[in-house]
Amino acid sequence: MLPLAVAAMVEELPQAGNASSLHTSGRRARRVVEEARELLAASFGAGPSEVVLTAGGTEADNLAVKGLYWARRSADPARRRIVVGATEHHAVLDPVEWLVEHEGAEVVWVPVDAAGQIDLAALDEALEDDPASVALVSVMWANNEVGTVQPVAEVVDRAHARGIPVHTDAVQAAGQLPVDFAAVGVDALTISGHKFGGPVGAGALLARRGLDLVPLLHGGGQERGIRSGTLDVASIRAFAVAAEQAVSGRPEESLRLAGLRDRLVAAVRSEVPDAVLRGASTAERDGTFDRLPGNAHFTFPGCEGDSLLYLLDAQGVECSTGSACQAGVPQPSHVLLAMGVPEPVARGALRFSLGHTSTDADVEALARAIGPAVGRARGAGLTSSTPTGSMKVKEVAP
Amino acid sequence: MKVLAAMSGGVDSAVAAARVVEAGHEVVGVHLALSRNPTTLRAGARGCCTIEDAGDARRAADVLGIPFYVWDLAERFERDVIDDFVAEYEAGRTPNPCVRCNEKIKFSALLDKAVALGFDAVATGHYAQVLPGPDGPELHRSADPAKDQSYVLSVLSPEQLTRAIFPLGDTPKDQVRVEAAERGLRVAAKPDSHDICFISDGDTQGWLAQRLGERPGPLVDTDGEVLGSHTGAYGFTVGQRKGLAIGTPAADGKPRYVLSIEPVSNTVVVGQLADLEISRITGGRVGWCAPVPAVGEQVGVQVRAHGAEVPARVVAVSAAEVEVELLTPVRGVATGQTLTLYTGSRVLGASTITGTA
Repeated sequence: MLPLAVAAMVEELPQAGNASSLHTSGRRARRVVEEARELLAASFGAGPSEVVLTAGGTEADNLAVKGLYWARRSADPARRRIVVGATEHHAVLDPVEWLVEHEGAEVVWVPVDAAGQIDLAALDEALEDDPASVALVSVMWANNEVGTVQPVAEVVDRAHARGIPVHTDAVQAAGQLPVDFAAVGVDALTISGHKFGGPVGAGALLARRGLDLVPLLHGGGQERGIRSGTLDVASIRAFAVAAEQAVSGRPEESLRLAGLRDRLVAAVRSEVPDAVLRGASTAERDGTFDRLPGNAHFTFPGCEGDSLLYLLDAQGVECSTGSACQAGVPQPSHVLLAMGVPEPVARGALRFSLGHTSTDADVEALARAIGPAVGRARGAGLTSSTPTGSMKVKEVAP
Repeated sequence: MKVLAAMSGGVDSAVAAARVVEAGHEVVGVHLALSRNPTTLRAGARGCCTIEDAGDARRAADVLGIPFYVWDLAERFERDVIDDFVAEYEAGRTPNPCVRCNEKIKFSALLDKAVALGFDAVATGHYAQVLPGPDGPELHRSADPAKDQSYVLSVLSPEQLTRAIFPLGDTPKDQVRVEAAERGLRVAAKPDSHDICFISDGDTQGWLAQRLGERPGPLVDTDGEVLGSHTGAYGFTVGQRKGLAIGTPAADGKPRYVLSIEPVSNTVVVGQLADLEISRITGGRVGWCAPVPAVGEQVGVQVRAHGAEVPARVVAVSAAEVEVELLTPVRGVATGQTLTLYTGSRVLGASTITGTA
């Protein structure tokens, strides 16, 4: 967490007062929440009344996907189709699949290219197929594993031309890329505090005024009746402080991260020449990026990702293989599979995320550790190499 | 040493890991994921392989302050243990999947990967002892005879033994639970696992029937007379008495037992208890972790995981086969089971039973 956010949270924790109460301390709490809401709104180009505070990104994604589906479907039962990018985070994928299994939804997965960017022609085709039957479109702003930035504004143009609302999961993008809710024109946008130095468990759905959303949580009617539950004042304040700091410092910080990331990529390539950088170009044009500046993602041929994870962790380098299931078994990433990476190759994936605490020394430590780690991991080989029935990719068109 | 502690989520492997940590080694805990879809293996916390077990193992590793990983060996397990288990039953034999798992998974797939990643040894919570001998490590029964698991480890080669650590071999189970509680390990009171880990309800016959389908065939007596029918010879084990759907009682009124299973004709042969008695065992797939016993040498043999050891004499021995004569006849010995040979407490080697007489 950013020190300023920690300080704000610590200052707020001992304060009594329910932001929904009318007494003095309640009014004080309410003021803190509303100031935080204004700060968040200003940071991401939304109006204060468009900020629906949640307990994190997963809840906001669920609220957007289920809430929009239920609202749109009850207005017109023909709207059963959900059009979703193939590389979405599980917080979007899984609610969509749940709606398919339990609520009569149909899903159309929009394929991506080898860089992970969504196929706009395929999106057009999916929407044109029967626009009146589409409940919503959900396409993430930037991918959490390979960092690819999606053309969200172009997705919005295509969907809005047909009267279809759009949600975007901007959890990874917020704080690293310029995220402007009004300018991009989406109807709902997810952010999460812990991705830019705020507390874990604080997030928001930015929801356009007048957007009809069926709530997930019923109760006291907080947050315009869309999200009931006593507000966590300390977290919300720290969340807003972090957002303000991250967004105002973003132009310099994203260039710093991009520079650090480029050195990391160069170091890995020089130590392991056959490592393959996955995802979009790392180039920067006039302050805009096709890829998250703090993201590097490689596949290392002949290595098991979890072997590398262990070997690097033992050297003090912390990274991740992608997604992990409940039991902690590394699964080949649905993102890589959707990008056309064969499963045995996808098993050798490693993602390096850089953030506000990352330094040149971290990159140097990785540069020293990666060569020997890959050599060793290759010796250990792949414990399995034949394709197995895997999640979510079967439906994705080639 | 750098030691990989295999952690199932049970009390034994947790205490084993704790002891290696306290002995001053650099320890990393690894839980083996043996199913791609963990909840399908077991409904409750009865042994290994559930999400709950993985969580228990992780929690124990956290208490011990060691790194913890889950390694996915599901594909190897499916191929080397489960497929083999089905094929063996289909061929009329009675396999021991725990022996197979130790041989092919824990001390092969896991050990190989560990060594490749720079580990010196693998530690498990098995009750057996590896003791130093003049010609290298020797495998011995555990100090607690009730918990001894040397039988299911008897397939390990001398090379595998040099990299195996069984920290609990000298300790009674009760003391292991006490130690677990003293160390603040939450699994101290977790029940022991008993049956086959991948058959969650313990119904082996039902599990096999699901995989192999119904294959009706005759139940005959030793004269070949048909006494009834069955829905699949694979569901029977030599020595089995229950579940034989025989309409008419035997002439002598005594219960009947499965004597043999003939997979080709899909026939189950039943007979009297006395017919089950055997005094000669032949085994294939022979492996030794001690000097090969000479013909005529007296040894102890054990033919099932929880069976008693009986005295026997080696009748023939070659690279591929071993034959022993039992000095005390035993009943109900199924082919496919492991024949383990002992001298005193020391394991000499193991073989897969191919024939009895």
